[in-house]
Amino acid sequence: MKPSRNWIVVLAVVAALIGIRAFSGQGMGRVFVKAEPITVQVAADARMGTPAQSVSWTRWSAVPAKAYFAAERANPQQTEIQFSWARTMGLWLAAFLTLAIFSFMYRDNPAYRFAEAAIVGVSAAYWMTIGFWDTIVPKLLGSVWPNFVKANILPSLAEQSTVQVVAMWAALVLGIMLLMRLSSKGAWISMWPLAFIIGVTAGLKIVSHVESDLLQQSVATFKPLLALERGADGAVAMAPTVWLSLRNVLIVVGVLSCLTYFFFSVEHKGLVGRSARVGVWYLMITFGAAFGFTVMGRVALLAARVEFLFDDWLWLIDPSGKRVVETLSMVVG
Amino acid sequence: MKRLVPLWIAIIAGFAMLLSAFLPATESLGETFGDVFNVVAAIAFVLGAGSLAKINLAKVSRKDQGWGYAVVTLVCFAITLLAGLGKIGVHPNPNFAALPWSGDKESEGGLFAWIYEYGLVPITATMFALLAFYVASAAFRAFRAKNVEAVLLLSTAFIVLLGRTFAGVVLTGWLPDWASGLRLENLSVYIMQVFNTAGNRAIIIGIALGVAATSLRILLGVDRSWMGSGDAK
Repeated sequence: MKPSRNWIVVLAVVAALIGIRAFSGQGMGRVFVKAEPITVQVAADARMGTPAQSVSWTRWSAVPAKAYFAAERANPQQTEIQFSWARTMGLWLAAFLTLAIFSFMYRDNPAYRFAEAAIVGVSAAYWMTIGFWDTIVPKLLGSVWPNFVKANILPSLAEQSTVQVVAMWAALVLGIMLLMRLSSKGAWISMWPLAFIIGVTAGLKIVSHVESDLLQQSVATFKPLLALERGADGAVAMAPTVWLSLRNVLIVVGVLSCLTYFFFSVEHKGLVGRSARVGVWYLMITFGAAFGFTVMGRVALLAARVEFLFDDWLWLIDPSGKRVVETLSMVVG
Repeated sequence: MKRLVPLWIAIIAGFAMLLSAFLPATESLGETFGDVFNVVAAIAFVLGAGSLAKINLAKVSRKDQGWGYAVVTLVCFAITLLAGLGKIGVHPNPNFAALPWSGDKESEGGLFAWIYEYGLVPITATMFALLAFYVASAAFRAFRAKNVEAVLLLSTAFIVLLGRTFAGVVLTGWLPDWASGLRLENLSVYIMQVFNTAGNRAIIIGIALGVAATSLRILLGVDRSWMGSGDAK
């Protein structure tokens, strides 16, 4: 058989299994939501010329399937907890995207490339939106057009000082200059805001790295090499003292020897060479631990995705008891 | 002029930030520069989006290989942007109910939150999860216990991996209490708290020194490589 035909057979079998799963037992891959009506009385605003009014809407919150099953059993006519088409479609989309990314383990394929292309577009727009609502609106627009922002988006916007307003106009000019990067003729103008970004980053990084990394880590390394641990009677407890002291000595020796390895102004020979070699051993242990830790983290993520597929989508497992009520009702009858 | 002005902008902005950390009188100046920086950085997202649109539109118009995926990127970008900037499906903040735009853009029920929950999270989480296989595969091919350093790296990874699983607990659970420090789960904790701390601390100190030195070179105008054209001294 051709590879494409193999794929069709595999996909047909998977689709048939999913179809059987969807129509047997509890079904699968459904999301339920609970309605919460909200009504707010808005006072009249003389400044805006709006009368007193009542604004209401319904907030829909996701609930476990067992809540829906329980509500349906109690009253089949109830409408408080409902099946959500939008969220169910989202769940199936998430399942498709998860499988599409996993399919790369076999080889590059259209499903994977589709998911890859989608994530590029979505994440670019996502971060642009976050930047717009979290920074541009409250800081830039809030300073440049405070009345508009206050009347439509952020009523709690604080008054801006003159310095702040001037600075934000400067930021707007720098931002527009940055966008000149897209033009072929005026691209050099974008170097000015870029210089500002580079300068501020450099100034910030010096302070933050020296303060929080260099100084704090150095201070934390100054540990007593003989750490006396006392018991309840006030006498020195031998075993804890030995362990704590050994631990402190190992940390101090480790930091100093690793730093010796990083110090290239002196040739790594003699005492310096031996110290640097110990530093390499420490670094190898650190990299090994980092590797183990990373693999564990990735495997935990993998487990979470597999749990999503088998629990949220296929409803084959139920570790957090989301559907336990119906299971019981099926047993009880 | 084209190089001198940016150089002085970088120097003045950088030293303003530096001074604000040392002189209380200039603290607000540093905060203002920080705010301007945040706004310019946020506008840079617009630049990124423009660049993304430009490249993908060119791909589509030229009908390059895989131009269909460029369409997917553009469509997903446009939908997400519309959902986010328009706050589609977002209800107003109950404290300011008269203002339809006052709601949180990421609140439950909005299209933007839907895209985040069912689009962005599954893809990014699965991509990172996929790395578990590739890291394991690369390690299997590359790791060879050829010398002391490689043995240390391998054995540490092995202990940390096993020490954090149920198998590790079972494998060395038989050790008596006086030797409990040798149980894999305890050994793993000891490695993380002592050797890993020491190694990481030295790396962090080294990075901090490197960042401080590089930043100073930029602020003093010694390093101009960021302006391009190989102008580094």
